[in-house]
Amino acid sequence: MHLIPVGSHALLAEVASPHHAVALAAWARDRTLARDVVPGAETVLFDGVVDPDALRAALDHWEPGEGPPGREVEIPMVYDGPDLETVAASWGCDADEVAARHQAAALVSAFCGFAPGFAYLSGLEGSVPRLATPRTRVPVGSVALAGTWCGVYPVASPGGWQIIGTTDAVLWNPRRAEPALLAPGTHVRFVAR
Amino acid sequence: MSLEVRATGPSVLVQDLGRPGWAHLGVPRSGALDLPSAGLATRVVGNEAGAALLEVLLGGLELSTDHGLWLAVTGAPCEVLIDGRQREFGQAVWLPDGGALRLGPPSSGLRTYVAVAGGIAVEPVLGSRSTDTLGHVGPRPVGVGDVLPVGESSRAPVPVDTPRTPSPGPLRLQPGPRADRVAGDAVDLLCRTSYTVSPDSDRIGLRLLGAPLPLATATELPSEGMVLGAVQVPPDGRPVVFLADHPTTGGYPVVAVVDERDLWQCAQRRPGEPIGFTRAARG
Repeated sequence: MHLIPVGSHALLAEVASPHHAVALAAWARDRTLARDVVPGAETVLFDGVVDPDALRAALDHWEPGEGPPGREVEIPMVYDGPDLETVAASWGCDADEVAARHQAAALVSAFCGFAPGFAYLSGLEGSVPRLATPRTRVPVGSVALAGTWCGVYPVASPGGWQIIGTTDAVLWNPRRAEPALLAPGTHVRFVAR
Repeated sequence: MSLEVRATGPSVLVQDLGRPGWAHLGVPRSGALDLPSAGLATRVVGNEAGAALLEVLLGGLELSTDHGLWLAVTGAPCEVLIDGRQREFGQAVWLPDGGALRLGPPSSGLRTYVAVAGGIAVEPVLGSRSTDTLGHVGPRPVGVGDVLPVGESSRAPVPVDTPRTPSPGPLRLQPGPRADRVAGDAVDLLCRTSYTVSPDSDRIGLRLLGAPLPLATATELPSEGMVLGAVQVPPDGRPVVFLADHPTTGGYPVVAVVDERDLWQCAQRRPGEPIGFTRAARG
């Protein structure tokens, strides 16, 4: 693991994969090594670090392996998105096959960003480009793809991902004990309703 | 006890020390942008650190109270009028029962802070009353006609507070995690370039206008966590200093990091004004 200082109170750990980032973040969160433990695609940011030397020493003991088992969430959805045909074309299949592949994928929330509760879900086989011109408004609950990532819009917002369907699952509610339905490390399966 | 908002300028927000600790869910930290000024107002009215207050952009705030209370106005200096009479800036002043406060436009700077004894007592969200302008967590921006609840005041105002006020100067920089994305020494180049503040600046980031930084590679990075004070360089080479409402992850390289103790200046520098950097001494 490569550790890079970020200012005086933060360290960025570079790891090999989103899988490792999720596992390291979960491992570190249990040990309260920093105020914020923020997984990225291939990094974990430790922010609000009081004692960087102690953090470095603790990270020496981490082995990439099976992280703690994440929560499992099933998200009911309807495959009715405006970009379903475009995704089918780039995957070389039809819309039904896109829905079938998407439901078969064992997805994991790798990290959050863009908006509170917006999770980048890894584990898709195929890749799709972003829209050349982002939409000014993507409705809440839109299930969308970009690159090899899948995401669900927790609130209506602008967005450039390809929308394949809709869910009425509540992705973000700051009044809940678990505000984000898809916190990093959560295992996710989509089910056609 | 409550305040009724009669007028606002371009923006009035409830802020406190923010909600750090939720970045992994995509929640910005938020909180008052000029922390030394917000802290001074908070202390002067006798509130605990972390009590919520109002962050007023470019004056224009008018409010009245249904109950006499102490308040203090700090930050960007402006005229403080209570029922039309000029009162002291930076000190505890009494707003009587039914009285009205009005703030004039600041003579310099951007953000004025108004603390009231007892604090603004809107419902906290994830442990903070701050309005996050990026993720929209916390209370809505304060609008005309809003009635803001005020908490119980437990202590008397402080008669004298003589803080060691920070003086403005170049922002201290340390190299960032992706300094190698710049063709050359990122900190040196930032220190040598003349920048002015872009009018697009906000609570998310201070955007800088000046000669673009030469990037060694223009490809995006896999998204990674972002810190307060990160100097991020998008493909156009124009740096952005991340402030309290910054996104929690991003894919543009962070080539330097501003010392948190200098970020209050970013809250007060007006569009068009110059801003400079200096290399931080390694401690």
